[in-house]
Amino acid sequence: MALKGKLEDFGITQLLNLINLARKTGTLHLQGPDRAAHLCFREGKLVYAAAEGVEDYLPIVLQRAGVFTADHVRMIRENMAGRSDQDIAKVLITSGRLKQQVVLGHIREHVLNLVYQVFSWNRGSFRFEPSELPVQGRITTSIALENVIMEGSRRLKEWELLRDELPDLDIALKFAERRTTSLRDINLSVEEWRVISFINPRNTIRQVAQYNNMDELQIRKIVYSLLQAGLVEMVRPHYRLASSPAAAAKSSGGGTPKPVVAAEMRRPAVKRGIIQKLIQRIREL
Amino acid sequence: MQTLKIVVTGPFSSGKTEFIQAISEIDVVSTERKITRESERLKSQTTVAMDFGRITIDEDLILYLFGTPGQKRFNFMWEILSEGMLGFVVMVDSTRPETFREARRILDTFRSYSPVPYIVAANKQDVDDAWPPDDLRIVLRVESGVKVVPCVASDKETVKQVLLELLYSILELIDND
Repeated sequence: MALKGKLEDFGITQLLNLINLARKTGTLHLQGPDRAAHLCFREGKLVYAAAEGVEDYLPIVLQRAGVFTADHVRMIRENMAGRSDQDIAKVLITSGRLKQQVVLGHIREHVLNLVYQVFSWNRGSFRFEPSELPVQGRITTSIALENVIMEGSRRLKEWELLRDELPDLDIALKFAERRTTSLRDINLSVEEWRVISFINPRNTIRQVAQYNNMDELQIRKIVYSLLQAGLVEMVRPHYRLASSPAAAAKSSGGGTPKPVVAAEMRRPAVKRGIIQKLIQRIREL
Repeated sequence: MQTLKIVVTGPFSSGKTEFIQAISEIDVVSTERKITRESERLKSQTTVAMDFGRITIDEDLILYLFGTPGQKRFNFMWEILSEGMLGFVVMVDSTRPETFREARRILDTFRSYSPVPYIVAANKQDVDDAWPPDDLRIVLRVESGVKVVPCVASDKETVKQVLLELLYSILELIDND
């Protein structure tokens, strides 16, 4: 019988602990807040992971790791259409193009990245299917879960801190007015540059993440570092009028906020004369 | 009779009650209770619902000052208090950096309730180790158009100055509209 339940009641850390201690073999299917993921285990060890929206075709994994260019991937797709990842890896290794350790290292990194992403999922559902393993032809790895749990927990804490620092992704960014460092004088990663290129009071952080195909943890990390460096400041998006907390909670849960009114700060519904009277009176006190 | 409202908010023990007391023409209607939680024993009493002060402008106009409860478990009151406010003051105890994150969270929450003008009052500026308003602006990530004003909540003159600066900001917004 499949183990199943809600992530709100039984978290990822607890699930991995269970799989580790019980040395389970099978696939953990997770349905998170906005996508699904599948983690495969053999005798309590993590062997494979896949997630919706993250292509796990070997040449793409190697392209993401910077080993291949888009042209390489296109050539492999053309010349080795229909071949499995294991077949592609064999050709790459036997031809001397890549070493086995390099391929396995990047697969391991890809799997770990996916698993660390799901650590931040605190709502959704899970189902563990015993004995279900990855389809044939996939390259598997074997990762002990103790370290994954420890590192995942550390990242979770970091995630919680980032969420505290940046609770609202529907806020926009603008370049700091009193920036002391020129952008030319600082070293930014490719991802940071990609975010920088979308900075505009009209774009919410959530939209910038969507444009760049980044998850919430990635965008929060980058925005947090840009804020800490004093390069950018948070601003209310030009189109957005503050909504009720319920609506705000709804919008932060996913989806694009609806454009409402062009106003950053709304003037109170009082006449100028009334404010002048208040000023006069307080001066007299 | 027209009544107007300014909300004074901020973290626990940031000086909200004292601020309202310093300027109100009536004894502040305060619903303070003895503190029972060890973690909140910074002072002997805390506001459990709200403080309520009044400034009569003329026979047809009254300004009310509402202080929000400092303890988190009364946060549900915030939205009710913020309804129809003219603007709000975020009080920050400049000597307690451990409260700055909470101050920023409160600031963000109130901004989400209503996008009215607001001001940050950097309280306890008479204490030696108080963080200067300019540093508070950075750590609280206050937008450049929003004022961070030095304040001593027990000193009526600085309290007046905070309220005046908030009213000037409102006036500026009306003029630019």
